[in-house]
Amino acid sequence: MKKKKMEQFIGFMFLRVCIGLVILALVVILYDIFSKGSGVINWEFLSAMPRKGMTEGGIFPAIVGTFLVTIITALLSIPLGMGCAIYLNEYARKGKVTRLIRMSIRNLSGVPSIVYGLFGVVVFVQLLQLNTSILSAGLTLGLMTLPWTITASEEALKNVPQSYRDGSLALGATKWQSIRTNVLPYSIPGMLTGAILGLSRAAGETAPILFTGAAFYLPFLPKSFSDQFMALPYHLYIMSTQHHAIEKVRPIAYGTALVLIVLIFCMNFVAIIVRYKLRKVKME
Amino acid sequence: MNTMIKEKKSNQKNVEQEVISAELEENNMKVRVENFNFYYDTTQALKDINLEIKANSVVGIIGPSGCGKSTFLRCFNRMNDTISSIRYEGKIRIDEKNIFDDNLDVVDLRRNVGMVFQKSNPFPKSIFENIAYGLKINGIKDKNFIAQKVEESLKNAALWDEIKDRLHKSAFALSGGQQQRLCIARALAIEPEVLLLDEPASALDPIATAKIEELIHELKKKYTILIVTHNMQQAARVSDYTAFFMLGELIECDETNKIFTNPSKKITEDYVTGRFG
Amino acid sequence: MSIQILSPRITVVKPWISLAVKEKLIHGFFFLNGILSVIVLLGIFALLVFTSIPAFQEINVGSFLFGLEWNPTSYVKEQYGIIPMLVSTFMVTLGALVIAVPLGIGTAAYLSDVASPRVREIAKPIVEILAGIPSVVIGFLGIVLVGPILAKVFGTHNGLNALNGSVLLAVMALPTIVSISEDAISNVPKSYDQASLALGASKWQTVIKVKIPAALSGIIAACMLGMGRAVGETMTVLMATGCAPAMPESFLGPVRTLTSSIAIELGEVAYNTTHYYALFALGLVLFIMTFLVNMTSDIILHKYEKVNR
Repeated sequence: MKKKKMEQFIGFMFLRVCIGLVILALVVILYDIFSKGSGVINWEFLSAMPRKGMTEGGIFPAIVGTFLVTIITALLSIPLGMGCAIYLNEYARKGKVTRLIRMSIRNLSGVPSIVYGLFGVVVFVQLLQLNTSILSAGLTLGLMTLPWTITASEEALKNVPQSYRDGSLALGATKWQSIRTNVLPYSIPGMLTGAILGLSRAAGETAPILFTGAAFYLPFLPKSFSDQFMALPYHLYIMSTQHHAIEKVRPIAYGTALVLIVLIFCMNFVAIIVRYKLRKVKME
Repeated sequence: MNTMIKEKKSNQKNVEQEVISAELEENNMKVRVENFNFYYDTTQALKDINLEIKANSVVGIIGPSGCGKSTFLRCFNRMNDTISSIRYEGKIRIDEKNIFDDNLDVVDLRRNVGMVFQKSNPFPKSIFENIAYGLKINGIKDKNFIAQKVEESLKNAALWDEIKDRLHKSAFALSGGQQQRLCIARALAIEPEVLLLDEPASALDPIATAKIEELIHELKKKYTILIVTHNMQQAARVSDYTAFFMLGELIECDETNKIFTNPSKKITEDYVTGRFG
Repeated sequence: MSIQILSPRITVVKPWISLAVKEKLIHGFFFLNGILSVIVLLGIFALLVFTSIPAFQEINVGSFLFGLEWNPTSYVKEQYGIIPMLVSTFMVTLGALVIAVPLGIGTAAYLSDVASPRVREIAKPIVEILAGIPSVVIGFLGIVLVGPILAKVFGTHNGLNALNGSVLLAVMALPTIVSISEDAISNVPKSYDQASLALGASKWQTVIKVKIPAALSGIIAACMLGMGRAVGETMTVLMATGCAPAMPESFLGPVRTLTSSIAIELGEVAYNTTHYYALFALGLVLFIMTFLVNMTSDIILHKYEKVNR
């Protein structure tokens, strides 16, 4: 009996160590970035152009670039993701085609991000002649986010009770009427939440934009969506591996990492707020 | 002033039409089910059903759970169509038109055959919007007309007096019984001729149930009603005719009085006297 | 009370285009939208294949798949052997799994069976936050944090090596492994542990001998998905593994994976040269590897769902 208890004690201890290590990993990551990055954050860092070969000044163009590229990503992936989810959850019947679509989505989410980058280079940069630009990079990221948006949107649609659909069909609504008036309004909050979470991941991605539009250093802001751009994750990559004075710009790299993480947390926070707000509206 | 006269005229016309159709229906059955079979995948859920229903009567459908009574009910407005891999054989005629006809519009059918579900399912909208929903999706835009229709439907569902002051509050704030009457009102608003009630009182307390039953009594003056119920007393109270289902078969259908006092089949007697089920 | 119909009868307004036709069109529209994911997946595959083909007009397939040297810019003779990169990818991934699998399963078991609801409420978001940290940030920490530690502990010149990559990839794969394993373990029917506890087994014995084995296929699928992530991850390995294109010697030496090779060289290469096409061939190899890993885990998960129902 005692042995059993001892065994359980040790076993549970091991599990606690496991979760402890996971939490420790996060704590170390956040602590290191916050403690070393917060020193360089000030208004100038956020709002100025880089100066003197990026050894001084701010990261403003990288913030703007990330913002712009995320807009393109959203424009591609949100409508298409929602449409695909509507098909799967509302129209598709069980069968081979549906299984194939679902399998494709799961596989798309497993395709390495650098492969999306290759796809973007050939299709957007060369074939569609968008060159290396915000547009090419945003579309590449949009494709990459697609499976996440689909999954999140489908989840949101599943949360709408079947009785809403049956109720409106029984009143003589057509299928689309029932979806449009009695399903979509109640699933939009969930869809948006999922979409924003997906975008926050896209905003932090580097590999897909390496060759589709991100630039090493630009002394001016992009004037249109067909210009190249600086992006926060790419800037961090440059500052930590490619810069000629890596040790000297380390604080800037930390600052960039901090801004990137805070940006992503903010997007997650917005997603939660959106869910909360819209859910409240719905209940009234 | 003018519009009022117009409305009165059209009302008179309607009354006339109704008198005519009522006459027709005296000879004709409102609903006829002929050699009807229904399958989920390969399992047969309903077997060779034959049934005739008079206009303005209430038919109670009873039977042990899993006997196919809800499935049967959902055939009349083809709600089963939303499930994949189902199959029908035979005919259901409403006003002599087969509802499985290829050129019949399902949407028209559902407008004509209202349904109230087992669990009340108000939409997450205001009470007013719940009733107006059916009108709006059918393309009606006239706000005055909608308001009039909402009031009328709520009155006909015996709900108006209780909620007339809070029409624009959420439908979720209503009690269970009120919600179910709201769903009935919602179905009435689009002027069906046949009403399908799928265990409408199964989740309600006795008082709310009594109100629904009273309502059904009133509604049959205007509508033909099919009601599925697991509660035999309820069937005895509200229905003119009772159909007893078992294992997907219609065992017998007759006047309610006869079914409960002197059924022609032994098995029916066993069921209504509570020997099984 | 009596039923009255006072208002005029409804006249249904028919729209200009028949509703049935409109519904068909809408259905078709959404179907096209749904099939899009299939098109994209096939598109990626087709594109990788077609862009790789020109490479094999110059390079022998055998020397590509089995060549021990990758040196596309050599002045003497270009070499396109992918074995060093395959070995690198394999090493880094294996190292990551050795770290992440026990940790991940342990964490999942803790969350599903030991943790109080309050601890779970706190711990689950932590795992999610970890998943949300961009790979470039993790890679950065590999350079500034993990690297120096490894260098000190093992006395190497710098800490940019396979081990560093493994540690970082483990962090990246953990959230996937934890969340899917936890689902699998919590989906084990309650009756299993009740039966086990009723037989006098301790909670620990129940977790180890009943619940984890019952959820094993789900856990394996989770680990495979984590593996897929590790194989395909680019930025962390690009930044933290040293990236020497030679055959890796040990976990403490620099390695260069498939992903980081593409990332490094695609920026320098001229479009539409053999070298350029060869990079797409690398992409194809990568795609096939991750596809196989993901498919396998998908099949396992699918089977597992069926068994549980």
